[in-house]
This record gives sequence, structure tokens and C-alpha cells, in this order.
Amino acid sequence: MLYRILTRDGFRSMVEWIMEEGEVIGPKKVADDREGRPIHQFLPLSSFEEMDLGYETTEYSAKTYFLPYRETLSTYSFDDGDWEQEIRYRVRPRAIVGLHACDINGLVKLDKVFEKGHFPSPYYISRRRNTFVVGIDHDPCPGAFCRSVGADTVTHGFDLFLTDIGDRYFVAVGSDRGLAAVQRFGARDIEEEDTHAYLDARKRIARAMPVEINVNNLPNLLDIEFESPIWKKWGDKCLSCGTCAMVCPTCYCYGVHERISMDFAEGAKIKQLHSCNLVDFALVAGGHNFRPTAESRLKYRYYHQHRGFVEEHDEPKCVGCNRCGRACLAGINPVDVIRELQEEELS
Amino acid sequence: MSTFLYPYEVVRESEMARPLDYNRRSRLMHTDRVHKAVITSIIELTDMEKLFHIRISDDGGRQRFHFQPGQFVMLEVPGYGEVPISISGSSSNKGYIPLCIRRAGTVTSVLHRARPGAVVGIRGPFGTSFPMQMMHGQDIFLIAGGLGLAPLRSAIFYATENRSEFRNVHILYGTRRPDQLLFDYQYEQWRRVSGVNLSIIVEEPDDAWTGETGLVTHLLERMDIDPHHSYAIVCGPPVMFKFVCNMLSGRGIPMRRMFVSLERRMHCGMGKCCRCNIGSTYTCIDGPVFDYWSAINLKEAI
Repeated sequence: MLYRILTRDGFRSMVEWIMEEGEVIGPKKVADDREGRPIHQFLPLSSFEEMDLGYETTEYSAKTYFLPYRETLSTYSFDDGDWEQEIRYRVRPRAIVGLHACDINGLVKLDKVFEKGHFPSPYYISRRRNTFVVGIDHDPCPGAFCRSVGADTVTHGFDLFLTDIGDRYFVAVGSDRGLAAVQRFGARDIEEEDTHAYLDARKRIARAMPVEINVNNLPNLLDIEFESPIWKKWGDKCLSCGTCAMVCPTCYCYGVHERISMDFAEGAKIKQLHSCNLVDFALVAGGHNFRPTAESRLKYRYYHQHRGFVEEHDEPKCVGCNRCGRACLAGINPVDVIRELQEEELS
Repeated sequence: MSTFLYPYEVVRESEMARPLDYNRRSRLMHTDRVHKAVITSIIELTDMEKLFHIRISDDGGRQRFHFQPGQFVMLEVPGYGEVPISISGSSSNKGYIPLCIRRAGTVTSVLHRARPGAVVGIRGPFGTSFPMQMMHGQDIFLIAGGLGLAPLRSAIFYATENRSEFRNVHILYGTRRPDQLLFDYQYEQWRRVSGVNLSIIVEEPDDAWTGETGLVTHLLERMDIDPHHSYAIVCGPPVMFKFVCNMLSGRGIPMRRMFVSLERRMHCGMGKCCRCNIGSTYTCIDGPVFDYWSAINLKEAI
């Protein structure tokens, strides 16, 4: 990994320069909640000032810029019983600035699903490679357990990753165009005192992040506790609304449906993100539902996050951002569910 | 044109430029491109099921389309939707792809109203297959219940076309009522293949029924099974293959030598949409054909 030092002014100039070229998305304060705390979202920025890099977390993850909630996979034009399919992969290049390590780790996990494996997805790859990703270190946010799942630091999946070390940024450079960008704005090589300042900053952040849960034993535990009454307890609370999957940076399941225009001239094949908590997730034609209860759907959500994904990719799908816990209307928090499972095993 | 945020053209990827090669699934990059295919003929099997012969319009695509018994395709009616359908035909036939489809949902209902000549789309083939080569030199039991004959029919074709590769070939098929028997016009053909033993049974006979009555397990009970040299393929509803496989297991056939085909909701066929996911297993990638041992280890499969 190459490291460079970029001044605050240099960083600002760089972002403003990218803004001249194309869309820049960043954390932006959109409102205050009832307790007066700011609510942030990743949104297109019109100026550098709109960006609030000191944000704690965003309600939605940045996933939506890579896996849009609704996406047209292909369009059809109909003509006298025949049809033609058209597919467009092309997207406009853009930049996302200010992603935290957990969200970049989320992208790295999505890369494993959509760039590697059996059928790489051109739709995803096109969006991913056309997005310049600038990450930033941050003070821990309450409720998050990213350190527990090893997602509090990130080694790849970004173009630039910034750590604030006082009057300047310590920049990890993850790509050639990342290097080109910082060089253009006066980046210099690191010196010993920069490394010390960086390590101090990392230490301070790491100390403030408590390891909240132990997930090492989870794959095995989930197998053993498959019939545990705990699932019924949490399943009864679950409203099957799918909010957790919508805000999750790594939930990627989807459904495909088709539309046809009123004059039968055009049709479209549309992909829409789904959630394994929604009632029709595993419903098949003919009426059989493999997961008819909220309990079974909730259980399989955890089963995929912490066992299935681990088996396939050697790491949990969860990045510990706790957006699902914050957003859940029924107060279901992954930390509580996992802790209770572990207590069940010990009792 | 921007100098920094330059466009990345995904279609310029080297994998994307390579021609489609269905045997190397990892190279299938145009993942949502459908082949145009014409419904060349429709055979009414029962009130609920029809057999569609479809033919890929593009000559190159048709030549390259190669499947193994047990695999499925995603069949699309543009504007209506896409459904996973297992292939019911001979893997040696390059002319058309037979798909046996029950009228069950939106897309299948539209298909049942379609006339020959209609243009549909297909992607695939997807999924695992029955390991027919592995069974060479052995006794094989091809057992189906109800609509399970649809995926099993491609294995039956393989076994009858390559009859010399196997020792005894037993085909056992059961349905609830005689009018639900699929492919009844073919039984005579299969029976006449030398050394193929076909047995049919129904649960609820009507007045015209002269054959056997009972469950498909009833046929198995009186069969001679050489457990060390037998393989079985069992297709049907989970409750049926569970009973059949447990019975075969009791007779000494190892669970790894019995194969079942599972059904799940699917929206992509490529291990992406997660709808057929059970933990780490994608029914579309790791299945639909599983050996029985893997199937009983899949939660909620049986």
C-alpha cells in the first residue's frame, strides 16, 4: 500500500476538482431527529460545504449507489409477435467521498458476490468500477460492533482512504487514479512523524471501539440452536417489513418482475431489492411457502449472515454497522439476538 | 469527456468479449441476455400440464446450447416474467428443448394460452445435473412421483439411448389419479427398449384403471435391489422422495448414490438473487440436483 500526506486544503481542492468533472456523493445532513441529533444520508453534493465528514452514521448505507433499489435489467420492444431485448450496462462515472471502513468492507463483500463466483454481474461491476471511492476514518459510533466482525479497518476496495491526523490527512492510496488525484493536489511522501501521528490516531479509535460480541463461534452455534425457542421470541416481535435489509450495506437479495406498456409496444425487466423477511420471499407458484412464519424468515436472515456467508467466503456478511438495529421498528437488535443465542448455549 | 472520472466500459472486459460457452459457466458474462426461442409445438399432457418444444432461433446459440439431464433453464415471456423450468428432453437432441410446464402462476398461465410460433426467451442451462456417467455399469432406479417425471424424463432418455452402459434399468412412476399421468403416450416406447423395466402405479384408480394401485414405495418393496451396485434418481414432492429414499437407504443403497431434484423460488438462476438460498447453499448453483445426504443436511429441504 502506498501512503501519502494530503493537506486539508489539498483535499478540499481535490474534491472540488472532481465535482467539476462529475457527480460527487457524500454524507450530508438532511434533518434532525426528535432528540436533536443530526440525520445524515449519502447524497449528491453541490458544494464541498454540504459534506459533513464528521457524521456518525447514515440511515441508509451507500449500497444504493451500487445496487439500486430498483434497476431496469433490460427493455423489450414488441412488434407483431416478435420482440427485441436491449441491455444497457453503462453508467456515468462519479465519486463517493466519506465512506467509513464498515461501508467499504460492505462493498468488498458485495464484490465477492457480484464480481467473483459463478456469474459475475456486469451491472454491478459497471457501477462499482465507475465509482471513485474515498473513505475516511472516524470515531466509533454507539451501538455499532464493526470491530467484533473485523470490519473497523479496511485494506482494499477503495481508491483513497483518509485518516485525520490534525492539520493533514494520512492517505492510503488504493488505486492508480487515486495516486494521480492526490499527486495533483500536492501530496507528499510520509515521514516518520506522520506515521507516529497515524498510529496514535488508530490507537485512539481502536480503544474507543469495544468488542461487543464474539462471533467466532456463531456458525456452529447457529446450527446447534436451529430449533431454539429464542427464534420464536424474536420472530414474534418481527413485523416482516424488510427495513433491516433495505438499510443493510450488504443485503443483496432481489426479485425480478416485468412491466409492459399500455400499448403493448414496450416492456421492461426490472430488478428490485427484496428482503428475506418479507412474507413472499420463498413462496413458489402453486402456493407453497418454504418460510411461512416470521420466525423462520428471521432465523434464516441470521443463518445467511453468520453461517452461510462464512461457509462460502470465510467471513460473516455482517459489517457490524448496526443500521438494522437502529432502523428496526420492533426493536430487534443483532447484538441482543446473538448474545441471547450465546447465553442459551451456556445455560 | 472527463479526464479524471473516465468511463469504465464493462463490455470491454476480456471475459465479456469471449463467445458464450455454456460448459464453462464462469464465462457466461452476458448474464441477462436471453436467447430468442420459438415454441415449435405444444403437446397437451393433462388438464394442468403441457409439453412445449422450443427452438433457439439463432443457429449459433442453438448449436452451443448443451445441457445435462437434471439442469434447468430460465424461461421468459417478455413483459410477463421469468420462471425456472427443468428440461424434460434428451441431452443429445440439438433441435429443440422440451419443457413440461404445469399451469401454476402468472407466467405459466400465459404460456398455457400461447400458440405454436410464439417467441419466448431462455437463459441457461443452469444448475447441477444427474451424474449419469458415474452410474455406468450399475443398476439404476429412476423413480418419479407426479410432476417429478418432468426432470426425470431427461435421465430416462439418457438411460434408454445409452442402454448398454447400464445393467438393469428400472423406471417407477406414480401419481394420485390416472388422469394425472404425464407422457402416457411414451410408456409403450420405453417398455419396448430391451431391458428396461417400467412400472406405473396410481393411488386413486378410476373405473378404467387396470394397472397397479398404491404408492410408488409399494412398487419398490418387491424389487430385488443389489445395494452395492445401484444408483437411484428420485424426483417428486419432498414427502415422496423422503419416503422413497429412506426405503432405499433401508435396503442398503448409500445416500450418496441417490439423487433428488429440489424446487425453490428463483429470480436469477445465477446465485445472486438469494431467493433459493438455504444458508450457504444456492439451489440454482449447488442444485437443483443434490445427493440425498446433502439434501437431508439442507435445513427445510425435506
